[in-house]
Order: sequence, then structure tokens, then C-alpha cells
Amino acid sequence: MTDHILEMRGITKTFPGVKALQDVSLGVKRGHVHAICGENGAGKSTLMKVLSGVYPAGTFDGQIVFEGQPVDFRSINDSEAAGVVIIHQELALSPYLSIAENIFLGNERQTRGWIDWNRTNLEAAKLLERVGLKNNPVTKITDLGVGQQQLVEIAKALSKRVKLLILDEPTAALNDADSAHLLGLIKQLQAQGITSIIISHKLNEIEAIANEVTIIRDGRTIETLDMQADHVSEERIIKGMVGRELESRYPEHTPSIGEELLRVENWNVFHPVDVTRQIVTNASIHVRAGEIVGIAGLMGAGRTELAMSVFGKSYGVKISGRVLKRGVEVDMSTVPKAIRNGVAYATEDRKRYGLNLIDDITRNTSGSALGKLAGLFGFVDGHKEATVAGEYLKSLKIKAPGVSSITGKLSGGNQQKVVLSKWMYADPDVLILDEPTRGIDVGAKYEIYAIINRLADEGKGIIMISSELPELLGVCDRIYTLAEGRITADIPRSEATAEVLMQHMTRERERGASDNLQ
Amino acid sequence: MTTSNESTPPASATTTALKYLAGQLRQVGLFSALIVIVLFFQFATGGITLRPINVSNLVIQNSYILILAIGMVMVIIAGHIDLSVGSLVAFVGAMAGVMITQWQIPWPAAIVLCLVIGGIVGAWQGFWIAYFRIPAFIVTLAGMLLFRGAAQIALQNQQISPFPEAFRRMGSGFLPAFGTSGYEPLTLVLGAFAAIVLLYGSLRQRMVRHTYGLESEPLWYFILKLVFSVFLIGCMAFLLASYNGTPIVLVILGVLIVAYAAIMARSVFGRHVYAIGGNLNAAALSGVKTKRVTFLLFVNMGVISALAGLVFTAQLNLASPSAGTGFELDAIAAVFIGGAAVTGGIGTVTGAIIGGLIIGLLNNGMSILGVGTEYQSLIKGLVLLAAVAFDVYNKRRVGGR
Repeated sequence: MTDHILEMRGITKTFPGVKALQDVSLGVKRGHVHAICGENGAGKSTLMKVLSGVYPAGTFDGQIVFEGQPVDFRSINDSEAAGVVIIHQELALSPYLSIAENIFLGNERQTRGWIDWNRTNLEAAKLLERVGLKNNPVTKITDLGVGQQQLVEIAKALSKRVKLLILDEPTAALNDADSAHLLGLIKQLQAQGITSIIISHKLNEIEAIANEVTIIRDGRTIETLDMQADHVSEERIIKGMVGRELESRYPEHTPSIGEELLRVENWNVFHPVDVTRQIVTNASIHVRAGEIVGIAGLMGAGRTELAMSVFGKSYGVKISGRVLKRGVEVDMSTVPKAIRNGVAYATEDRKRYGLNLIDDITRNTSGSALGKLAGLFGFVDGHKEATVAGEYLKSLKIKAPGVSSITGKLSGGNQQKVVLSKWMYADPDVLILDEPTRGIDVGAKYEIYAIINRLADEGKGIIMISSELPELLGVCDRIYTLAEGRITADIPRSEATAEVLMQHMTRERERGASDNLQ
Repeated sequence: MTTSNESTPPASATTTALKYLAGQLRQVGLFSALIVIVLFFQFATGGITLRPINVSNLVIQNSYILILAIGMVMVIIAGHIDLSVGSLVAFVGAMAGVMITQWQIPWPAAIVLCLVIGGIVGAWQGFWIAYFRIPAFIVTLAGMLLFRGAAQIALQNQQISPFPEAFRRMGSGFLPAFGTSGYEPLTLVLGAFAAIVLLYGSLRQRMVRHTYGLESEPLWYFILKLVFSVFLIGCMAFLLASYNGTPIVLVILGVLIVAYAAIMARSVFGRHVYAIGGNLNAAALSGVKTKRVTFLLFVNMGVISALAGLVFTAQLNLASPSAGTGFELDAIAAVFIGGAAVTGGIGTVTGAIIGGLIIGLLNNGMSILGVGTEYQSLIKGLVLLAAVAFDVYNKRRVGGR
């Protein structure tokens, strides 16, 4: 018998109307990195919430054995006391408190009932060293990047004498360098005897660091694979996740490219707070009807900033340059004007900028084109509106009980589809998609790609921003590379490879690196 | 191992019905609370609560809070707050007094001018909130002090009274009565009209939904709701008809409720208000002119406050520098009892009105029972807390994960 630090047996968790987990079993070996894969909504997060006591013992069936002892975690405090710490996808740090304060939040270092700041900062510094973060412990969280914040979370976990660390999509918001550092850290912790469970959509990462992988589909355990012994490949994992081999991860598409729709010329944007810092420099891009144009760039290259500044000056100050629609200069100074000129921007952060999460699918779908539904006196035709939403629900295969479902309760892929239906209903000529598949599982990604192709076939121009090079290579007809706010290359599909793109994406990097460090 | 229990026997009709009701708990609960409170006071006061004269007084005495609640719920749905409405009531009352009694401006012109003043004050506050981006809490807190001072200056710390008879009728008058004995016919006709409009509207709505193939509420719930609503309108009409007839403020209030409920539920503007409160960033990136909507909301709040100020002044027949003290808190409480969310994005005009009625009933019932003001305040505080606690609990229960 191998030594299991954790065994979950026959876990069944039911929500009103849905069976989220059904007889799920999970065995995690001591000192290993154990990956959990599954499509969005498969039940990964629910399983981890069961494990960490977010769903207290008694609200689910089945048994949890931790370090050989059956346990009944009634709250997160219980599980943390036992050494199980979960780091959620949405980081839970208090932005205006310092690193040290966050690390010991709820676990303050005290002397005679008063906080001992020397001890706090000293111990925090030691923990920061362990996770490889060079910042001063008194730095405020808001001054850190996402990657650094993630490390603070891990330091916080270490302060609780963690035995089993659970990371939910730890690299979803990180750039490549930060991801690599984080994965290295997980291996390092493994060497120190800390077991990790990692939930991730990034299969190459799982391939790189996991010892075992458990695949969950529709609330059931499908299989647990030993990465080395079973020679597990990405394709093998995908097969388990979707229950079939995906012949191709990208749908076939033959573009029919027409006239030029949108041209941005000599675009310059400055940082809204630090107005001397130029974010976009002399960028010129164009997109034609039926064309899917990609924008590749590393984190911080200015991709989102370029897109948002074009879309009604939603980002930045001192913006200069021209925007031409079908060869005629147009006014894009506000969002309503941009929409009227047939440009739409679907955000990378759908929860913060894309959806009204407390409202239903219908009202989110109609959100940017209410004028089309309004009759006399500005009253909205609610019936027509629901019908429209219903049509998109069907044609985009949005999985939801109905059009009156609250968008906040949908999975990431379905939320993204609601964002897409919102902009499809607004019927723009040019659609800028910023990370359209972020945090979405493989099956739903394929569907999103198919929708993008369909839109291009309808004669729309698509600009797609993505951090995933394979995705750009698989979907786009032409790819711009952006580095340090400058367009460094314009590469047609036939010449594009990951290596070529990466080369151009890092071209300005060396020169600009020193003054971009914060 | 647990066995799958997917093959549960088909639920009986009553269980499904109860389940549906539980899903509508917020709406049903609010109405039930209102009825329970009415019945309680009816019993405790030995039948005084539902006496025609008391019902008539109830409407008249709470009208200005209900009017304020309409504007307030819109502001709160957008994620803001307005603390200045009480002071604005005093200021507008003062201006009405000065215009009518000192400047000898005819009262209809004075009313129009007062509403314009309300709009200007709203525009002033809306400017700072929407375009200068100062939190509404601060701007309206400043407004609360500012307009209280303005009211005192306008009145030179004196009270103004009396007002012309015609002006006073806006606050405490009745529609001209036909017939002097028994039930007053105009009120009955108005009640019947309201019931017919409600029936027609609901039926048409349901039929259109059906032709569009959209999901509707269950038939039994639909009928129950209609029967109940018509019954309420009928009771109200008979009670009012057996006293002096329809109070003029009730007509004003009725028009406002219908108009604003429609605006919030179905107009583009109303949608934009919900969108701003639900997710400001997403609304802005969807092309909603967030600043303009916010600005207009406060202009609207100003006009509504002015109207409340006029009604209040007319009713008391008095313009006083201390008028309207604490009205903002009553209006805000009404809105939250009515199910609005502090974080914005959630709330309805009808909810706010029912919330206002609950507060009004508590005031009225406890006064009849001779409960001291100190205990009245205490009980109202507990009711507000209980209502919001119920809301939060209910959301958590339904929300599940």
C-alpha cells in the first residue's frame, strides 16, 4: 500500500435540482503533485470546497480520510487547522494591507494580546524568501502584480503549516514567466514534503509538474492516471475530459476576405495615472471583412490597452492617432460612438467588465442594443427581448435552465457565450475579442472558435487578443505581434509559428525591460 | 455509498405549488407581512385601523414618504443614496410659502416654479456625483446641511401659514364628491376602472407571452394574484368611498407609481439604471451613458422631493424650517424593507411602496394604540433589520453555492 495523505471516498454532493458530485473518489499520495482536470462545471471546485470545509461535513455524503484519520471539517478553520489550505482562483487578499498583514490575517503574531509587528514582519520576510518573493513585507498588496500576489497567498498557506496545498487555477491570470516561477515553487515545496493538488486548464503545466492526474467529468471520477507510468500526453487528458478524442482543437475554416473595414493609424496611448508612461506607441493595425486578425503579446505588452483605447477611449489618456472605417475617418471618442460606428469590444474580464452578474441572460444579451428593442417613448419590448435571448441560447448552445437564469451562476464558458451574444445582437462590423477563451474548458473553447469563424463568414472583421499562441495559430488568418506597446510584426498565417511569434513578441523586451520593472 | 434517488415519486400538486411560492418568497413574503401587520393592528386597535376615516388618513399622512420612496428606490438601485431629501422638502416648502404668501405668485405658478427648483437642486447634486465623481453619500450629506440652511434663510427662521384653500387641497383634499350619502360613486368608478385596467393588462401580457412561447407563471398563481389584487383595490375603493372619497394625493401617487414602475421595468432608461447598479464597468463598456443616467436620476430625485415638499406643506398648511426632518431615513428604510439591495442593481418601485406602507401602518397603528414615540422608533428599527435579515437569509437559501 502506498502512503495516501488524503482519501476521499464516495463523495456525493447535491444542490437543489443538480447533482454536482456523484460518488467521487480521490486518492492523493503523500509528497506528490496531484492534478485534477475536467471541463468547467465538471465539479472540480465543488470537490475542493467539500474537502476544505466550505461545504461542512453533513451537507454531503461520503467519507474524507486525511492522514489516516476520518475527518469532519465543519469550516475552513477546521481544515486549515489540520493542514489543508486552499488558494482560490480569485485571490482573497486585502488590497490596502501589507504583505505581512495579509499573511498573518486571522492568525496574528501577538505578544500579550497586542500585535507584535517585529515578529510579524520578520516571519513574513522568512516566508517570502521561501516562495522567492523579493518584496519588503510592508509593501501593500495593491502595489503587487497578480503573480506576486499569488506568491503571497502561498506564503500565507506556508504560515499555517500547510500539509496539503490546493491551488485552483493558479496560473490562469499569470504570464509565462510568473507561471514558470510558480510551477517551480510547487516542485520546490514538494521537495520539502508538501503535497499539492492543482486544478488547471493548462494541460502542458500538468504534464510538466504533476505525478498523477484525476479526471472528473459531469460530477464523476473518470480515471486517475500516473503521469510517468501511463505516459500521459495532453491528448490523453483531453480525451478523458471530453469523453472522446478531439480530432482537432480548432474547427476547419476557409476565410473569404473582403474589403478593409477598420484601420487604426499611428495610435499612441499614455498611462491614465502615470501620464509620462507611454503604453502604446505608434501602433497601426487594420482588419478586413471576413478576416480574423490576432494580436499576440506578452503580459504588459499593451494588448488590452490598445483595444480599449480604440473602443471609445475606455483606457488611457493623451490618446492620439486616427481610426478609419472603410477608409473614412470616424469619431470613436466615447463608447456609444464606437458602437454606433460598428465596433464592439468583448472584454477579457467578463465578471468585472462584461456582465451584470446579478441580472439574467435576457437583460445581459440585450444590454448594448436596447435601442433595437425599444418602441415609442423608449419602452423595451420585453417579449421580443426574451425571444432574441432565447435564439442566442439555442444557436450558441448556452447551457442554462432558461433565459431568465442569472448570469453569475453560469460557468465561465457559458458566461463568455452570453457576452458574445450581447455583441452579436448589437451587430457590429468589427468585433474585438480580448482573451475570448480565458478560463474556459476545451470543449467550450472549440464552440467559441466555431462562433468566431461563423462571425467572420458573415463578413465581420474579427480582432482576437490571446495569450495562448496555439489558439492564435489555430484560428487567425493574420497575426500582429505587440511588444512594449509597439507593433513588431504582421505575420500571415502561412508563415506563423509559435517560435516566430515569440521572437517578435520579445523583440523590444530587452531594451525596455529595465524601465518596465516595477 | 449513497444510492441515486432520481426516481422520486412525482411530487403532488400542492408540493409543486408550495415550491413555487417558496421561489417567490420575497414577493409573497412582503405582501404577507403587510397583511399580517394590517390584521394585527385591526385586531389590537379593536377595528379602528380599517375604519374608513383611518384608511383615508393613512393614505394622506404617508403620501410624501411614499412619493420620496419612488425616487429613492431608483437612486438606490443605481448604487447611490440621497440623504438630502428631507432638507429639500423643507427648502421647497419654504420657497412655496415665500412665493405664495410674500411674493403673491399664483399658487399653480408657484407649484411649477417649486418643481423647477427641485430639478435645479437635483442637477446641482447630480453634477457633483456624476461628472465630478464625488460619492453620492458625501454630496447629499452636504446637501442635507446646505438645503436645511437655505430653508431657514428663506423663512428667516419663521413659519409661514396659512396657504390658500386651493393649494391646501393638493395635500389634504378629496376629489369632488357626487352624492352626499352612502358610498361616494366617483371613488367606486375609479376603483372599478383601476381593477379593469389591471385585469386587462395582466391578461394581455400573459397572452402575448403565450404567443411568443415564453415561460409564464403557473395559471393558479396568476389567478390568485389577480383575485387578490382586485380584492385589495375593491376594499380600498369601498373604504374610501364610505368616507370622503378619493384623496387627491392618492391620484398623484397612483399616477407616479404606475409611471415609474413602467419606466423602471420596461424603459431603456430604467434598464440602464439597473445595469449601472449591477455592474457599472460592464454598463459603461456596453455603451450606457453612465454619467448622464446618474445625472438624470438625481434631477429626477430633486423634482420628486420638490413634489413631496409641496404635498407636505399643503397638508400641514405650514412652511416650517424644521419640516421634513428624518424623511430621508424613512424613505431609505421603505426602500430596503421593500427588498432593494444596498449594493445596487436590485429593487422595485412596488417593493418600495409596500415598504413605505409597512412603515406607515406601524406609525399609524402604534399611535392609535398609544405607544410612545420612543418605542415606535425602537420597533421600526427592529422591523427594518428583520426585513433585511430575511432578505439576506432568503438569498443565501436560494443561492445555495
